[in-house]
Amino acid sequence: MSAPDTGDRPPGAVADISSQSSLATALTPVLTVAVSLLGLCLLWGLAENAWPSRAFPGPGQVWQVLLAEAANGDLFYHLGATLGRVAAAYVVAMVVGSVIGVLLGSHRSADRFFSPWVVLFLNIPALVVIVLAYIWFGLNEAAAIGAVAVNKIPNVVVTMREGARALDPSYAEMAAVYRFGLLDRVRHVLLPQLQPYLAAASRSGIALIWKIVLVVELLGRSNGVGFQIYLYFQLFDVAAILAYTLAFVAVMLVIELLLVQPVERHATRWRRRPA
Amino acid sequence: MQPVGAVVPLRVDIAEKTFRSAQGVSITALQDLSFEVRQGEFACLLGPSGCGKTTTLRILLGLDKNFSGSFQLPEGGSNRIAAVFQEPILLPWRTVEQNVRLALPKSLRTKNLDGLFDTLGLAGMRSLYPAELSLGLARRAALARAFATEPAVLFLDEPFASLDERTAGRLRHLLLTVWSARPTTALMVTHNLREALMLSDRIIVLAQRPAHVLGMFDVKLPRQYRNPQVMSDLLRSFHQKFPGGA
Ligand SMILES: Nc1ncnc2c1ncn2[C@@H]1O[C@H](COP(=O)(O)OP(=O)(O)OP(=O)(O)O)[C@@H](O)[C@H]1O
Ligand SMILES: [Mg+2]
Repeated sequence: MSAPDTGDRPPGAVADISSQSSLATALTPVLTVAVSLLGLCLLWGLAENAWPSRAFPGPGQVWQVLLAEAANGDLFYHLGATLGRVAAAYVVAMVVGSVIGVLLGSHRSADRFFSPWVVLFLNIPALVVIVLAYIWFGLNEAAAIGAVAVNKIPNVVVTMREGARALDPSYAEMAAVYRFGLLDRVRHVLLPQLQPYLAAASRSGIALIWKIVLVVELLGRSNGVGFQIYLYFQLFDVAAILAYTLAFVAVMLVIELLLVQPVERHATRWRRRPA
Repeated sequence: MQPVGAVVPLRVDIAEKTFRSAQGVSITALQDLSFEVRQGEFACLLGPSGCGKTTTLRILLGLDKNFSGSFQLPEGGSNRIAAVFQEPILLPWRTVEQNVRLALPKSLRTKNLDGLFDTLGLAGMRSLYPAELSLGLARRAALARAFATEPAVLFLDEPFASLDERTAGRLRHLLLTVWSARPTTALMVTHNLREALMLSDRIIVLAQRPAHVLGMFDVKLPRQYRNPQVMSDLLRSFHQKFPGGA
């Protein structure tokens, strides 16, 4: 099976995330990331000293803004708003995209008919979808989240269609002989086979979705990181723009490390580990 | 030693099964294949490789509906069927025990499986994942799954293929032990004559493709008396009856 690689699995990574060894394996990547980011800050500081300018604030200045915004609560309010939209759009895109993808992947004639649609939607620029959604459905939350989801759905469809094509029919046949219920089939036969594809779609999905969410907020919402960035763009406040951007990137990194990777390790615990 | 479940025998009457290959060539795999397996009987379907044995089982399992003819599965008691496939086909992401329990109907989900796992020598392996099992152990787990469901009829497709002879022999004994505890109507596919003679009450001998029945060979002798001496006698009389076959 040509499943996309789901990342390295350190030996000894076990299902129980509260145990000692898995805590250590969860912390090692965090430390590496921290050291690497520190290096980047240092480089940034040096560059700021070499070319001092209002349009190019240093890490210290950005940090000050970050603290101030955190203290008055704005930072968390806007991060929360954006995070909520990312989560909602992610869930909608994954569910809808997976259902369509699996249907197309398992019905050849439907796939042949709808394939051009998928290609078309893949190539519609995000901005067009967002503008049309706001025009047709108004400047509201549903339009915003829907527009982001529609941008992501074709990618999910393509990945999950690949996953459905790679399904091993012998498992489905075994399930048919032993008369598995629908729920058992989905939970124990279908989803575990699709897991690498779900993981791949999720990874590329979150990265894409949060960037589109910022655009959606910039064009038609009155809160969220995208809205704040637009506001500070008009005020020409680069330090604040960077503060919000970095805060959100940090949140996404933490989610990746503390949520996505442990979930993935748990889902792939049955694979034979390298001896 | 009462035969359980089945009141109706397994009756097979397949007129024809034809495959159409990707290039449009049609291959007739089965033609006028009819036989019967009495209730509580262990029958073997013996035939050369590629003659259509797996095809027959797939039809009986309901996995291939594109054929002409009919068949009747045993009913009474449970009308569940169980199968041990040519490959073990365990879900790699579930443990041995979960694999077995998932195949059980809701009413049996929590039943005690200690006895079955003990008999099959799987007691210490219940929490292992299939990737951590040898092929022999995986085949035992597939047997455990089939017997745990207490089926009305059991289908086995070369369950001991690609094992070394010692392991295969051990597994044949295990199969006989669990089967004797609850003699279920069973149909096992094999191309190994010795295996068929050792395990079955009746051997259904198939011809080359397209498969049809060449004849029946009944082994009346109880299994515990089939020692090496008797086995070579059985072999001889089988070859007398089917000079060219198998
Ligand atoms: N899906 C298929 N499409 C086309 N031909 C097939 C298909 N499945 C089986 N056949 C053909 O049908 C014939 C019987 O195949 P089958 O798998 O039933 O043989 P078998 O008796 O089980 O052999 P073996 O002992 O090697 O497992 C073979 O000649 C095979 O080429
Ligand atoms: Mg076969």
